[in-house]
Amino acid sequence: MLYTVLCYNKEDVVWSWSKEEDDAVMAKLSVVHERLVKEGKLGPSLRLLPTTAATTLRGPGLVIDGPFAETKEQLLGFYVIDVENLDAALAVTKDLSAANPTSTYEVRPIALYVPDARPNAPKEAIKVY
Amino acid sequence: MSDLGWIHGAITAARPQAVGALLRYFRDMDRAEEAFQDACQRALKSWPQKGPPRDPTAWLILVGRNAALDGVRKQSRTTELPPDEQISDLGDAESELAERLDGSHYRDDVLRLLFICCHPDLQPSQQIALALRIVSGLSVAQIARAFLVSEAAMEQRITRAKQRIAKADVPFEAPGAAERAERLAAVAAMIYLLFNEGYSAGNDASRAPLCDEAIRLARLLLRLFQTEPEIMGLAALMLLQQSRLSARFDANGEAILLDDQDRSRWDGKLINEGLALLDKAVRHNRPGPYQIQAAIAAIHGRAASAHETDWAGIEALYLVLERMQPSPVITLNRAVAIAKLHGPEAALELIAPLEQPLSGYFHFFGARGSFLLQLGRNKEARADFDRAIALANTPAEAAHIRHHLDRLMAPSSNA
Repeated sequence: MLYTVLCYNKEDVVWSWSKEEDDAVMAKLSVVHERLVKEGKLGPSLRLLPTTAATTLRGPGLVIDGPFAETKEQLLGFYVIDVENLDAALAVTKDLSAANPTSTYEVRPIALYVPDARPNAPKEAIKVY
Repeated sequence: MSDLGWIHGAITAARPQAVGALLRYFRDMDRAEEAFQDACQRALKSWPQKGPPRDPTAWLILVGRNAALDGVRKQSRTTELPPDEQISDLGDAESELAERLDGSHYRDDVLRLLFICCHPDLQPSQQIALALRIVSGLSVAQIARAFLVSEAAMEQRITRAKQRIAKADVPFEAPGAAERAERLAAVAAMIYLLFNEGYSAGNDASRAPLCDEAIRLARLLLRLFQTEPEIMGLAALMLLQQSRLSARFDANGEAILLDDQDRSRWDGKLINEGLALLDKAVRHNRPGPYQIQAAIAAIHGRAASAHETDWAGIEALYLVLERMQPSPVITLNRAVAIAKLHGPEAALELIAPLEQPLSGYFHFFGARGSFLLQLGRNKEARADFDRAIALANTPAEAAHIRHHLDRLMAPSSNA
């Protein structure tokens, strides 16, 4: 079974960590990461930039600065896309939004991306349900 | 991270909102600050045992307000603090009250705090000192160290600033749209000044935190004004400049020019955040000086090596900036791009009229000296470098110019 593990915290606290504090947390985490890599359990993992860098699409036409801020909806899925800049990212997102107009899409740049670390990472989509 | 580290981080992050809310209750900066200090002392006692409250900011506001209202503060010099259960078991009351009291006020509280610190009656140096003390929570000693003045002098500067504000009769209502825009520009200017205090200090460790603090304040401002392209531009500009921090100085503390920096030492995370914010800003199609400067910094940030720098793009951006806010310093910067594009002679021609307005400016003589040096006009170059050293603001700046002079003196150079 594939799981995604989502990490939540107060970003004003986390992004105020000094480099030493940040490095210390990352060092502790990397112990866990390395173990998971050895066990062949770690898929792609990533760290996001702060929500101040986010842009949100409500329907294909409405672009809003800032993160998705409602509490009535839940996170249902996410994509990682590799594009030139924000305009290109929004173009992709508009296509997604046109196909699924009731969903809202937050576009947030990634600070750190670690690709799939599993030994025989699947090349094709895995249907899990 | 240790308990104390976590608590320190939570308190620092909660500070602007908590002090802002307490200021709204008490309408007195000193009382608000004291109430917050009280709450922090109780947090340091209570949180390690009880664990962190669900909403540290709400906890600090409530405890600070209650402590001050009960007059506990006055007696606390002689009597014990109330039992911990009474102050830390706020439970649901904490989050519910906090929501009711502060949810809708959050933005206005923090803004009021920033606006008060940037009150037009205050000089820029007072604005920065006050913001660092009140919003960032740096100690007077820390601020004094960063500004290279005595603690007593800094204490006096902050006290005077507070007195001025008390006299100015600051309104506690949220400002109207026009005034808000004006004050927002003042806050942005204060933040950038603060950043430059740290940035121009070079590798002086006691001043380096000023840059981080400025970036933190910009992120805070950005959360309050999510759709302001110039605030995005300001944040992007500082992030892109700060990304070069660990490449800017060599082991001896001497400045390394952009061209000679080891770009692998640039902080990719900061660059990406800066580029992302600039992308957001540009979409608004409302260019401003911070965005333009960020765009220039972004060209450097994107160039994989110095010789891949898009100097034509930089020159065009400086030209836009020059038209937006004419200044000999901007023209001088454009001349550097012109020198890369068309050679040092064209640059010299461009800066010829600037000698008088920039006669006290270190970078003018440094730049002109190096243009002359490139043309082999060594004697004139040396004269300019000598003047630059006399005008240097930091030992690192002077050392950098001396480096040029040393090369001039070397026997291989044909003077």
